[in-house]
Amino acid sequence: MLTKTFARALAALAIALPLLAQANEGASLPPAGNDIRNEASLQRGARNFMNYCSGCHSAKYIRYNRVAADLHIGESELKQNLMFTSEKPADTIASAMPAADAKKWFGVVPPDLSLIARSRGTAYLSAFLHGFYRDPSRPTGVNNTMLPGTAMPHVLNALQGVQTAVFKTENGKSEFEKFELTDKGSLTPAQYDDFVRDTVNFLDYVGEPVQAKRQDLGIWVTLFLMLFGAFSYLLYKDYWRDVH
Amino acid sequence: MGNDSQTTSQAGGLWGWINARFPLDSMLKEHVTEYYAPKNFNYWYVFGVLSLVVLVIQLVSGIFLTMNYKPAAADAFASVEYIMRDVEWGWLIRYMHSTGASAFFIVVYLHMFRALMYGSYRAPRELLWIFGMLIYLCLMAEAFMGYLLPWGNMSYWGAQVIVSLFGTIPVIGDSLSEWIKGDYFISDITLNRFFALHVIAIPLILVFLVVAHILALHEVGSNNPDGVEIKKHKDANGRPLDGVAFHPYMTIKDLWGISVFLMIYCGIIFFAPTFGGLFLEAPNFDPANPMQTPPHIAPVWYFTPFYAMLRAVPSFAGTQVWGVLVMFGAIALLFFLPWLDKSPVKSIRYKGPITKFALALFAVSFVVLAYCGMKPPSTTLLLTSRIFTVVYFAFFLLMPWYSRIDAVKAVPERVTYNAH
Repeated sequence: MLTKTFARALAALAIALPLLAQANEGASLPPAGNDIRNEASLQRGARNFMNYCSGCHSAKYIRYNRVAADLHIGESELKQNLMFTSEKPADTIASAMPAADAKKWFGVVPPDLSLIARSRGTAYLSAFLHGFYRDPSRPTGVNNTMLPGTAMPHVLNALQGVQTAVFKTENGKSEFEKFELTDKGSLTPAQYDDFVRDTVNFLDYVGEPVQAKRQDLGIWVTLFLMLFGAFSYLLYKDYWRDVH
Repeated sequence: MGNDSQTTSQAGGLWGWINARFPLDSMLKEHVTEYYAPKNFNYWYVFGVLSLVVLVIQLVSGIFLTMNYKPAAADAFASVEYIMRDVEWGWLIRYMHSTGASAFFIVVYLHMFRALMYGSYRAPRELLWIFGMLIYLCLMAEAFMGYLLPWGNMSYWGAQVIVSLFGTIPVIGDSLSEWIKGDYFISDITLNRFFALHVIAIPLILVFLVVAHILALHEVGSNNPDGVEIKKHKDANGRPLDGVAFHPYMTIKDLWGISVFLMIYCGIIFFAPTFGGLFLEAPNFDPANPMQTPPHIAPVWYFTPFYAMLRAVPSFAGTQVWGVLVMFGAIALLFFLPWLDKSPVKSIRYKGPITKFALALFAVSFVVLAYCGMKPPSTTLLLTSRIFTVVYFAFFLLMPWYSRIDAVKAVPERVTYNAH
């Protein structure tokens, strides 16, 4: 009896712990809503990344030809539309900006984005790309709710437009309430949401390029183990019939 | 046994040739085909063999990781990503190893809890228990040093925190932590020596201790859920009446247990390799940065009960060494368990309500402390950690009394077993 109770408690715990851990990381952030199996979205995300991010950020652990192979992008298309910082498809994605210049212009070298989705989470990235607002006190003219005092300028400014942050004062503490779009960009808010979702989707893929293949393989591994388990159980029952 | 080897050595062929020169046949008999295990083993008894399975997984996946990993501060992080992306099946090998580390602690903790429940540490199994505890110590050292190797930011700061614990020891503390690091801070030198210890020194000791653990087990025989000695009742051939041959009975049963384990283990590898940030922590996907601490430094889950104890103890007389002492004391106490338990019976099945309650409370305290150790410090968590640290210690320190006065049920002469 006691054994069973313990076993149940432990099983419940095994399920509850990771959920708790997840619940606590980024509790208030809405999910990014991206889907790494949506290839069209990944291709758009790759385009967005190469056009808007790779000017300053590298993704030094992923190669152009890996992206092309995984996202089914032809070599000529890859070279024409996506490769701005390198000549060879087998190269990793470098930043167009020399590190020394970056340091001089922004005070910091922009972080490599290969693993940003794994270290920060997709919800964070989505919130970050939605979080720029006008702040004349900053050298870039903008600030970010997710990373106050960020050195990054709002490079998607022309697309999103300019937001103003509305703060409310509660118990003497100023807290962020909502954004108001003061200057319209070239995209509607819904189009900008899609733009961010595609970009975050690509970063999620870049963080672990094998993830879709890993899950697909996992289904076959599970099926095999279920079959193996069923036979090993029958074998066990058969052998133990003569134990009295 | 002597007669057996003589008969086999007279047998012809390769088998006879080998056995005339090496005790293969008699060893197989002693440890496999004629080692008798109690037939009333329940599923709690699968965690021993699972520990062995995980050990093999770790050794083999570790060897393959070593083929591509570079133990240098400048290259380590990139070489792990190289394994994850460019090495054929490298991602699988890496996830096998990282999930294996957590799996090792899960099966070992359950294996130890089984011993606590059924009194498997009691005479004549004290040495068996002590070898097991030494394995656990090695495992902790192995996990700690292995965790530095990916050279992520949590690797770096986790190692920094744990090594600084040694610095709290009066007089020798500072030189000791310097000696461990081989430098004034966690550096390339530290990474190099941790690599050496992780891939050769400690695994070597670990394997030796596992052999000693199994030899001790086969010398005294396995305990069982009833806590009765099956060697008391033997048939005319000297075989325990309540025993079954390890092979084929236990090997077949274990195969079923292993397949269930593999389903869970592979489920994690293929569908949730970070396990919600518990098995692979998010800050460790940032490379080590001595200039920037992660927002919240916590060790991996299997160390958090002890980390919670460390944080629960306030500094006193100008030193923080007390928390360190409590933390190591919590592990050291386990070694004395065979002599703390004064109950006339071994198994929880025949022990009284006080012991059952104490054991349940102990399990709860371990889990609660593990939770507290994961979270950023707060006053509520601090109070909770303090209460359950006391509970944890009380379980051991009061055991000589409550185990003696507690009511016990009559232990059966033979094991209880329902045939299939």
